[in-house]
Amino acid sequence: MQADQGANALAIAQEQRALKDANHDLLFSWLLKACALLVLACLLGAAGATLWGGRHAFGAFGWHFLGSDAWDPGNDIYGALVPVYGTIATSLIALLIAVPVSFGIALYLSEVAPPWLRTPVASAIELLAGIPSIIYGMWGLFVFAPFFADHIKPWLTDHLGNPPPVQVPWGDGVIPFTPWAVEHVSVIGPVAHLLHKLTWAFGQLFTSDSPFGASILTAGIVLAVMIIPFISSVMREVFQTVPTRLKESAYALGSSTWEVSWDIVLPYTRSAVVGGVFLGLGRALGETMAVTFVLGNAMSLSPSLLDPGASIASTIANQFSEAAGLQKSSLMALAFLLFVVTFFVLLIARLMLRRLALKEGR
Amino acid sequence: MLITYSSLSRIGVTAAITAASLFGMSAHATDITGAGSSFVYPVLSKWSAAYAEKTGNKLNYQSVGSGAGVAQIKEGTIDFGATDAPLKAEDLQKFGLGQFPVVVGGIVPVVNIAGVDAGKIKLDGATLADIFLGKINNWNDPKIAALNAGLSLPAGKITVVHRSDGSGTSFNFTNYLSKVSPEWAEKVKFGTAVEWPTGVGGKGNEGVSQYVKQIKGSIGYVEYAYAVKNKITWVDLKNAAGQFVSPNADAFAAAAATADWASAKDFNLIMTNAPGAKAWPITATTWVVMYKKPKNAEHTKVTFEFFKWALENGQKDAAALDYVALPDALTQKIEAYWAKEYAH
Repeated sequence: MQADQGANALAIAQEQRALKDANHDLLFSWLLKACALLVLACLLGAAGATLWGGRHAFGAFGWHFLGSDAWDPGNDIYGALVPVYGTIATSLIALLIAVPVSFGIALYLSEVAPPWLRTPVASAIELLAGIPSIIYGMWGLFVFAPFFADHIKPWLTDHLGNPPPVQVPWGDGVIPFTPWAVEHVSVIGPVAHLLHKLTWAFGQLFTSDSPFGASILTAGIVLAVMIIPFISSVMREVFQTVPTRLKESAYALGSSTWEVSWDIVLPYTRSAVVGGVFLGLGRALGETMAVTFVLGNAMSLSPSLLDPGASIASTIANQFSEAAGLQKSSLMALAFLLFVVTFFVLLIARLMLRRLALKEGR
Repeated sequence: MLITYSSLSRIGVTAAITAASLFGMSAHATDITGAGSSFVYPVLSKWSAAYAEKTGNKLNYQSVGSGAGVAQIKEGTIDFGATDAPLKAEDLQKFGLGQFPVVVGGIVPVVNIAGVDAGKIKLDGATLADIFLGKINNWNDPKIAALNAGLSLPAGKITVVHRSDGSGTSFNFTNYLSKVSPEWAEKVKFGTAVEWPTGVGGKGNEGVSQYVKQIKGSIGYVEYAYAVKNKITWVDLKNAAGQFVSPNADAFAAAAATADWASAKDFNLIMTNAPGAKAWPITATTWVVMYKKPKNAEHTKVTFEFFKWALENGQKDAAALDYVALPDALTQKIEAYWAKEYAH
């Protein structure tokens, strides 16, 4: 009888415990859901608020807002082309520089460096990630931009830029020709002509007659310095997760360090590496202060990377406090476009990742 | 449970006592708040420190930009707004606001040309506008040479440096260019931000000073104090009376004194290109904007007392920061305006 009662009590206790657990689980799942929904609500709220704030601009200019390079507060005409181009161009340059360098840093720290060196260097990189962007901006303005103007820019314009063009009639139009092409004009055929046009277009990227250091390229380089710590510390962390036996097996088969890195480490960690790159890209797209200081803030579209430009974030930071009416609305519309640009960049990156995964499956 | 409640109530009592003592303390002094122009921020903070020492009344000023300051006073969240661009009569009427200038400052074109010292190079308004339009783009241009007989200017590309952020400095500078160049007035117009035909943009006076110092052959414009502090070469300008003047306190004061305030309702007058023989042509002021019918009588009273004190006694503090106090005649006009327009 007593044993029966004891068992009964135990069963009841167990049941109560299970009920409590179930309740707790439910509560916990709600809590988690609330956390996730909070982020979603913030995102939708911010996108909605900027869209609402920019409704006058979208209403006044329509699709023309996207394609126009005007930003003329005097006549109340606004277009987003210059800042959108500046945002994408600076971020791409930053990625082009930061990804290979970060890859090198991470590989060195996880594969090559002697163990005693790894921790201090890794900590130093993480410290770099914590520096406020205004400091990078100041450094860019006071130190890097003058250096860029005195040393890097002249070299780029001399070696990669186009010399002053010579106008040569060609076909049914007149195209700018380099003096070299004029000399060899008799021998260049259609293919060479196309090639020449391409090299000319490339040269335009590095042609500039302005003597100052603030430019799209400068901003891209400063951004690269800013996002290298993010990308490289993520890469280093994930490179360390690669099982030693995989690497050792490859070494045992006679692979070089490079082959192990490229064929074993990178494929094993690829999605995490891409995640790290996105983190850096996200920061580059939205970076404000540092870019404002070194971008030159000129609202004009130039084919040259050595000319000043403007980015979405810098334009908003520059003009928001004094803007009113349609100008303010256009700035809000720009903020909304930054959402759109970021969304599309991330979407493209996801698609690329999926294609990579498919290719791997084959 | 009992313990919790009693300790809670004890905390509540302590909080109430603390709050009471805090409010009790602040009952002696009234803290007034203002927001707006960053141009006027240094002198306002110096004045408010001196005034707080004297009366215990503190001024809390947020240097958020003229646009934001005007928006906040329209919403009635502050006691006064400060703006570098005067409000239009309709706007003032619609919101029941009045405005008056408080302090004068100069904006000076600055250059970086090898071998040219401060005040050695002279320009007139039309030439300055053509440079900022990009029409004159070399320092050896005949138009510049004609104004500078005896000064050998090197051939070199002119790089224009302008403000990238919306600012009262740009507002007054472009206003001056609009007055002296019909082409500027038609194409670019004036405002806190405009579509600059050429050049590179620096953020704030610091950014422009820095770019001008870095870029050889550049020309920019900054508040006078920045040109002095950063030892940048300034330019002498030809004023409306046809005289070449150097930027200094006397020239700014002359502009403020000779500007046509008498016919400006609510002091709605941008005093660039002032007519005086000694007037510096790009002289600017900041307007304080307040409600004519006070929303908070106590605060409004203290605000008026503060500005009265500042206009009458703040000259020395202003001069120390390279601002110029308003001429006495103008101060009297403002006090008459207060008596007439504001219900005390």
